[in-house]
Amino acid sequence: MSFWSEHLVIAPILIPLVVGAILVLLDEKRRVAKSMISVLSTLALLVVAVQIMRYVSAVHAPGASVTAVYMLGNWPAPFGIVLVADRLSAMMLVLTALLALASLIFSLARWHKAGPHFHTLFQLLLMGLNGAFLTGDLFNLFVFFEVMLAASYGLLLHGSGPARVKAGLHYIAVNLAAALLFLIGVSLIYGITGTLNMADLAARIPELPHENRILLEAGCAVLGVAFLVKAGMWPLNFWLPPAYTAAAAPVAAIFAVMSKLGVYVIMRLSLLLFGDQAQESAGFGFDVLLYGGMITMAFGAVGVVASQALGRLAGYSVLVSSGTMLAAVGWGSTGVTAGALFYMVSSTLTIAAFFLLIELVERGQDAGANVLAVTMEAYGDADEEEEDDEVGVAMPGTLAALGICFGMCGILLAGLPPLSGFIAKFAMMSSMFNPAGLGSDLAIRPSAWWLVALIILSGLSALIAMTRAGIRTFWASIEGTVPRVLVMEMAPVILLLFLTVMLTLEGGSVMAYLEETARNLHVPQSYMNDVMSAQPIKPQEGGQP
Amino acid sequence: MELVLAIGIGVMTGSGVWLLLRPRTYQVIVGLSLLSYAVNLFIFGVGGIKRHAPPILPEGGIADPARFTDPVPQALVLTAIVIGFATTALFLVVLLASRGLTGTDHVDGREQSK
Repeated sequence: MSFWSEHLVIAPILIPLVVGAILVLLDEKRRVAKSMISVLSTLALLVVAVQIMRYVSAVHAPGASVTAVYMLGNWPAPFGIVLVADRLSAMMLVLTALLALASLIFSLARWHKAGPHFHTLFQLLLMGLNGAFLTGDLFNLFVFFEVMLAASYGLLLHGSGPARVKAGLHYIAVNLAAALLFLIGVSLIYGITGTLNMADLAARIPELPHENRILLEAGCAVLGVAFLVKAGMWPLNFWLPPAYTAAAAPVAAIFAVMSKLGVYVIMRLSLLLFGDQAQESAGFGFDVLLYGGMITMAFGAVGVVASQALGRLAGYSVLVSSGTMLAAVGWGSTGVTAGALFYMVSSTLTIAAFFLLIELVERGQDAGANVLAVTMEAYGDADEEEEDDEVGVAMPGTLAALGICFGMCGILLAGLPPLSGFIAKFAMMSSMFNPAGLGSDLAIRPSAWWLVALIILSGLSALIAMTRAGIRTFWASIEGTVPRVLVMEMAPVILLLFLTVMLTLEGGSVMAYLEETARNLHVPQSYMNDVMSAQPIKPQEGGQP
Repeated sequence: MELVLAIGIGVMTGSGVWLLLRPRTYQVIVGLSLLSYAVNLFIFGVGGIKRHAPPILPEGGIADPARFTDPVPQALVLTAIVIGFATTALFLVVLLASRGLTGTDHVDGREQSK
């Protein structure tokens, strides 16, 4: 391996960290320079993430997967800290980079001017997200989680205003309490097993004596609660819709992937620690995830229908998406997990696009624009008008473009054909009813009917809510003010929706990748072996480290 | 010794949770601080309570594991203290901003109607 491919795994953490640090030093007035650096860094992240994905998805031998392990202190796994990139982490990295690029470009039109240090916070948020996706041990997960949360506190408050500060206050209090639960869980697990490395932990759990299992399971449950708060499982999710509604549009779009971080950790740890190989503890917590996820879907679906404002509708859609994912993880079969991963990619892209779109649509209705104008004033940004002209040209045929994008969001959220939301839901349902492939007569689990009913009903509620909102916004507006939308603001929305179209067209190859990912998640032996057997690099002759 | 530590952690957690659920932002932040102290002590306690046992190996490897403290929980506590401190400071700023913007120290930004 060359120098670059060896150190590729740490690049998604290092790039935003260094860039974020540089951006602090640059003066706020040099916006163009800051924006350029920020965009370049995000582009670099995307390239690196795609490279990592290509590396881990290369098939060297049938059935064997490649896990890239990076030893930070050049110490072997249970003693040193490792970064681990497997198919799931690589997928999340690519998804994060794509969303980041879209919301960053969107923010350049005006939002990044609404307060200081937007780009720095944005880069640090990316660092925290990437680190949490890559880390191979629990305590580093905590550290990256906190980096991400600290940046998200700043970003949520970006643009200021009483609504944001109030939502931010609740958001920070809830997340600080969750972080404390996280610590309690981690220290209990360490106290019982004596390790923090995820792979080592998975290897030690089957050997635990019976009397220690209660404490271990308590520790894991406490840890799980911390992530379920982040993922938004009912009844830990009342903070989520107000916070996501209050956030500025590009911030809310990147927050869409932040909820998925909670789902990611639950998925990774549940399947790694409590898969079939965990013997006595196998399947611990899966029922909680299944039924909790189902209740979350029902709660989200009711919330979607009940929402008057578009922002809240999107906030509750985040809950529906999280609930579906959690229930699918709790289902615990490879096929459903693969479908759920497809659903995760599709729904995250959709919700991010929807959050961006809402801002543009509501600009026509004046509410959002007024708030923005006030915050601009507060920061003494008198030359806003001139800069707007520099940034981009106004979009022709605005209403038509907005309407088409809105319609696509509706189709995706409801899970109707032909777009990727349908494929995702279909993949999940088909493996629930045919666990061993078509034609086999394995009994269908009774909970399958409930879950399928909820998936369809949550789609129906999204359809009703989106239709109602669409009619009110595009057909029934009396004043008929056409929002002034820049090409630059429309492009990210179109990019995200184009990605879902690509996801549909390339459905076969994406599903193949995700099925392999799900297999690796459910049979984590190769992950564990790769992490535990990674050898430190020997110092070369001549003193070169 | 274990009993004192356990009671200490319990009392601090209890008071912390109670304060966290109160309606004033100042009570919430004090509650969060108390909770984080309790959690830090808890992590420290996970490594076992030992006296006169350094977390450093003597020269020539471990002679007697009973005379040796696990350094990992101590490192964890240090990290947790730093992160907890930083986030509490950040929360304090938001608390003051909320007070300034809404004119009340109620967590919902307005007094409850009587």
